[in-house]
Amino acid sequence: MMQSVRDGARLRRFFSSTAAIAIAALSTVAAPAPAFAQEELNALVWCDHTDPALLEPFEKANDVKVNVKVYEGTGAGLSILDQSQPGDWDVLVIDGVDVHRAIDLDLLAEMPADALPTADIFPEVRMEANNTKDGKTYAVTEKFGYNTISYDKTKVDPKDMQDLSVIWSDKYKGRIALYDYYLPMIGLVGLGLGKKTSELTEADMPAIKEKLAAMRAVSKQVSDVVSSQTALATGEVDILVGGGEWITAVLSADKPSLDWTIPEQGAVRWAQSIGVMKDSTKQDLALKFVQYILSPEGQARLATSSCYWAMPANAKAGEHMNDQQKTALRFNEQAEYLKKTQLYPIPSAELDQQFQDAWTEMLQQ
Amino acid sequence: MADAGTLTSATALEDADRRKAWGFVAPALLWTIAFFVVPFAFMGAMSLWKREGRDLVRVWNLDNYARFFSENALFQGLVNSLEITVIVTVISVLLAYPLAWIIAERVPKRLQRMALILAILPFWTSYVVRSYSWLLVLSKNGVINQLFMNVGLISEPLQLASTRTATVIGFVHFFVMLLTLTIYSNLIQLSPNYRRAAADLGANAFQTFWHVVLPLTLPGIMTGAFLTFVLCIGDYVTPQILGGNNELVLPQIIMLQLGRRADFPMAAALSIVLMLAVTVAYLACARWLKIERA
Repeated sequence: MMQSVRDGARLRRFFSSTAAIAIAALSTVAAPAPAFAQEELNALVWCDHTDPALLEPFEKANDVKVNVKVYEGTGAGLSILDQSQPGDWDVLVIDGVDVHRAIDLDLLAEMPADALPTADIFPEVRMEANNTKDGKTYAVTEKFGYNTISYDKTKVDPKDMQDLSVIWSDKYKGRIALYDYYLPMIGLVGLGLGKKTSELTEADMPAIKEKLAAMRAVSKQVSDVVSSQTALATGEVDILVGGGEWITAVLSADKPSLDWTIPEQGAVRWAQSIGVMKDSTKQDLALKFVQYILSPEGQARLATSSCYWAMPANAKAGEHMNDQQKTALRFNEQAEYLKKTQLYPIPSAELDQQFQDAWTEMLQQ
Repeated sequence: MADAGTLTSATALEDADRRKAWGFVAPALLWTIAFFVVPFAFMGAMSLWKREGRDLVRVWNLDNYARFFSENALFQGLVNSLEITVIVTVISVLLAYPLAWIIAERVPKRLQRMALILAILPFWTSYVVRSYSWLLVLSKNGVINQLFMNVGLISEPLQLASTRTATVIGFVHFFVMLLTLTIYSNLIQLSPNYRRAAADLGANAFQTFWHVVLPLTLPGIMTGAFLTFVLCIGDYVTPQILGGNNELVLPQIIMLQLGRRADFPMAAALSIVLMLAVTVAYLACARWLKIERA
C-alpha cells in the first residue's frame, strides 16, 4: 500500500514539470491583463524559469509581473522572435552555444560587464568566447550541466558506467534509452571515439554514423526529456545515455537508486545563457531580472527549479542550497567534473546539417 | 410584353438570389482565403526556397523535394506514416462498426445516449495525458505485462511500449470513438423498411447486412475513415510519446527540421507532401463523402 502511494507521488512529480510548462505557456497567451497598472516583463525562456518559487521574489521586490513563454530548441525560439514585434520581449534565455546566432541577428543588447557577477561564475562556464563579441558582453551563463550517463544503480554495475563504450556494447542491450538531441549525443560519440567535441569534422562522420548505428542497435528507445525520465524511473530502461543530473537530481528524494556519473573518457557539458533583448523598452528592469537570476539566491532557486535541476553557474549559490540539493547536483565535485567535460559541439552550419542528417538516419534505422 | 416583363423580373430575382448567396458564402470564403489559401500559398512558395547554412535563400528550386525523394531516412517517414495510418484506419473501422451497431440496434433507445457518452468518454481527457497513460500501461512494469506475468502467460515482460504497436494502440483508442459516432449517426437514420423489404425478398440476416445495411452505411464509414486518416497521418504527439522514436513518421521529421535549425523550407516541402497524401485519400473517398450535389 505504502509502495503504491509512493509510486503515485512519483508519477505526480514526473508530470508536474510537463504541467508547469503547459500552464506557463498558456498563461502567457490566455491570462487577462491585470486590472491595475502593474509593470510587466516578458521573458522567452526554458521551462526551468516558469517555477513560481523562482519568479515570485523578483516580482514582489520590484512590483512587476514576469510573463514567461517557454520554447524548446533555438530554431523554435528564433522563429518566435521572428514573428514578434520589436519590444515584445525583454529577456532571452538561450543555449550557450547559440548566443552568437542571437548576437549576429542583432537580438541582444550589450550589458555592462561591471553590473554582472562574472567573477563568481565557475571559470570553465564563463564562456567568454560564446557570451561576448568584440569585448562586449551580450549574455551570461546562468546554469549548466552534463549530457552523460544516468542509470539505476540497483540494476546495472556502476563500474560499467565508467566506460563510455558501454553505450554501444551488447551488455545492456534493450535496457538503454538515448536522449533525443543530436548535438550532445554526437559529442558523446566523439568522446567515445577519442575526439574532442570542438575538433569534430566532416571526416569523422563515417565513424560517428557507425557508432550511432551501434548505439541504436542496443537501445530500446530514443526519447525526449519527460519520456526518458519516465522510462528510467519506471524501470522501462536502466540506462539513459545523454542524461545527467538534470534528469536524476529532481527525483533524488523519491528515487535514490537513480544515479549519474561522468565516465573516464569524459562527458559533454551544456550551458544556458541569459541576456537582455536589444529592442526591449525596459532595459533597466530586464537587466535587474538578469542580475536577480545570477545572484546567489536566484541561482539556487534556478538550480532546483521544478522543471529540471542543474548546476548554478554562480559558485556562491551553494550558500543558499541544502545538503540534499548539493549532493544531488554533486556541487562539491564540480572542480573534477568540469575538468573532465567538454562543451558540446558547435558545428558550422554545414556540419550541423550533416549531424542532423546522421541523427535522422539513425532514428529511422 | 408580359413575357418579357416576367423574364426581366425572374432575372432580377435570380440576381438578388445570387447576391444573397454570395453574401452568405462570403464570410466562409474570406475565412478560407485568409486562413488556408494564403498560408498554403506561402508555404508552397517557401518549400521552393532553401536553407544554406544559417541563411534562407529565396531562389526558386526543387532541392527540398529532390532531397525528400533521394534520402531514404526522409522518404521512409512517408512510408511509415502511410503504413501506420492505414493499419489504424482499418482496425478502428473493424472495432467501431460492431460497437456502433450494438449501440444503435441492441441498446434500448433510452440508454443509447448514455452508451454513446460512455463510448466517447476518453475524448474528455487530454490527448497528451492519455498518450502518457498508455505509455505507463504498456511499459515493462505496466498493467498489461504485470497481469500476463501474474497469470503465468509470460515469464519475461513483453516489449510493448516504444513500438509501432504502442503507437497503433494509442491511435485506435482515440479513433474508434470518432468512427463510432459517424457510423452510429448513419445507422440510426436507416429506415427499418429496408431490412423488412430484404427479408420479404428472402434475404437472411447476413445477406441483408452485406447487400443492404453495409452499402447504405458506407458514407458514415468513409466519413469517419477519412477523418481518421487525416488526423492520424498528421499527428505528432502519439508517435512521439508511444513510438519511442523507434521509427519516424513524417510529422516527426517535420519537427526535426524546425527544432534547432529552423529549416522552414524543408519543413514546408515535407508538409506539402503530407497534404498531397491527404488529397489522394480524399479523392479515393470522395465518392462516399458526398460533397458534390447531384
